[in-house]
Amino acid sequence: MSRFQSARSIAASVSTGESSSVDVVSQHLARIEEREEEVHAFNLVLRDEALQSAERIDERIAAGEQVGQLAGVPIALKDNLCTRGIPTTCSSNILNGWRPPYDATVVSRLADAGAVFVGKTNLDEFAMGSSTENSAFGPTRNPLDTSRVPGGSSGGSAAAVAAGFSAMSLGSDTGGSIRQPAALCGVVGVKPTYGAVSRLGLIAFASSLDQIGPFTHDVADAALLLECMAGHDPGDSTSIPQPFPSLSESLDRGVAGLRIGRIVDLPSGADADVVASVDRAFEVLADAGADIIDVTIPAFTYGLTAYYLIAPAEASSNLARYDGVRFGSRVEAADTNSMYMATRGEGFGPEVKRRIMLGTYALSAGYYDAYYGKALKVRRLMAQDFATAYESVDALVTPASPSVAFPFGSKTSDPLAMYLCDTYTIPSNLTGHPAMSVPFGAGENGLPIGVQVLAPAMGEPTMFAVAAELERSEGGKHV
Amino acid sequence: MTGSLKRVWEKIDRGAVERVAKLARLELSDDELDEATTRLAGMMAHFADIDALELNDVEPMTQPYELVNVLRDDVPLETLDHDEVLAAAPDTTDGRFGVPPILGLEL
Repeated sequence: MSRFQSARSIAASVSTGESSSVDVVSQHLARIEEREEEVHAFNLVLRDEALQSAERIDERIAAGEQVGQLAGVPIALKDNLCTRGIPTTCSSNILNGWRPPYDATVVSRLADAGAVFVGKTNLDEFAMGSSTENSAFGPTRNPLDTSRVPGGSSGGSAAAVAAGFSAMSLGSDTGGSIRQPAALCGVVGVKPTYGAVSRLGLIAFASSLDQIGPFTHDVADAALLLECMAGHDPGDSTSIPQPFPSLSESLDRGVAGLRIGRIVDLPSGADADVVASVDRAFEVLADAGADIIDVTIPAFTYGLTAYYLIAPAEASSNLARYDGVRFGSRVEAADTNSMYMATRGEGFGPEVKRRIMLGTYALSAGYYDAYYGKALKVRRLMAQDFATAYESVDALVTPASPSVAFPFGSKTSDPLAMYLCDTYTIPSNLTGHPAMSVPFGAGENGLPIGVQVLAPAMGEPTMFAVAAELERSEGGKHV
Repeated sequence: MTGSLKRVWEKIDRGAVERVAKLARLELSDDELDEATTRLAGMMAHFADIDALELNDVEPMTQPYELVNVLRDDVPLETLDHDEVLAAAPDTTDGRFGVPPILGLEL
């Protein structure tokens, strides 16, 4: 259990004037001062801006105003979320120095709820990676063991919460980029249902897979943050035009009577300590009154292949916009085409180039049906298999990551080994379903293990009930 | 369904990789082209695991949900600030984005 104060407790004490927002923010800034050089969670710390926001919140509370559910809560934002006038880089040289002319919808919503933004967090360049080693600005280190990676791509956001630099943070998850770093850093991480949270202002990686979601110290904070940012946004055409369900009542519901599925044909490859934690999670849930039911999802095995064709295909298209014309860096050349090629050749890092090449190849004439077309059909099989499973269960439980946090450099020489980190998280992105990682037990060297809870579309209330039960069995939510 | 991944990746050579880089508007060094050739073939070989699947009757799925056309009332809304947008551009001329000559380009 985290030793840091929950966001709920911060918001309650700031709202009643028991503590000042400036004091809370100062405490977090002091922790950043102390450990940021070692951890490198941030691309940018918004020290002055955060203190000014906190002062305004304290003034409003003194004047008797209601500030919101996140009053004075320090929050870190993954640096692929647009913040008006504040540099937003995607940890790429091609966007270095860019200041967006607008805020992401989630940024506006959290600001309206009284949040204070303390910084922009490091990520794998354009969110492509599972260790944050692909950042153009250097890796983030895991605060629990700085010789190891924090996971990725939202490694900076996971590390910021784990190190107590912020009470909450936002990440984005295209194939596991919230759940895997949450597991490796011992915090809660949620990928909501596709369309539950507006993607307006999230710099696109693979548009049919991307979702923004929370990192928090506990399950109840994740519910609070998700409730504050979810809901229809006319600015995102894939945003679901219906109200997001309330999650707060789910937290104490328990799991009695819930049917929880164990996927018997889950791909192997998880370490023994991870498998043991997942087995123990099933025991805990059964003891708490859930029915554990075996299900099969035959397409699960093919998720990785489908994903590593679909995501690069979409990325190669989305990243065509970095052409040195409207924003970001430019390498001058005699004509426009040479300028595009030189700018992109210099501005993108190795993994981004690799995925653009893979995606362009998969989409090119003559190969489209063999690659992208086939992957899209596998995606349909995946959705059908999950739909069949959810006829007999309410939620599923799997590992979040196949291993605990791994040492730097251990997977960088083999992209396929790195891609295997996403084996258990990818299917939820392909189907659009919600999934979350909750800390549950420890493995090698006492490092945290994350258990993943999956649910059908808009099944967040059930998913949170299961996650809260697992958390309770580990010592309960903290104050 | 045309072709199999296995047959396709066996054909990946440096010439094919150079053509893809050009399509992607990516200037790659000789080393990067060599690396891309090896990697691309290796990945495609790995991805051949979906070859054996019988997929003829399966509809492709591009999105988690069917997309519908989203309409709104035809009323003007606030747009991005012109100066703020141009301030982010590498080059501007007379209130517009500036680019090098586009004529005479060879693809």
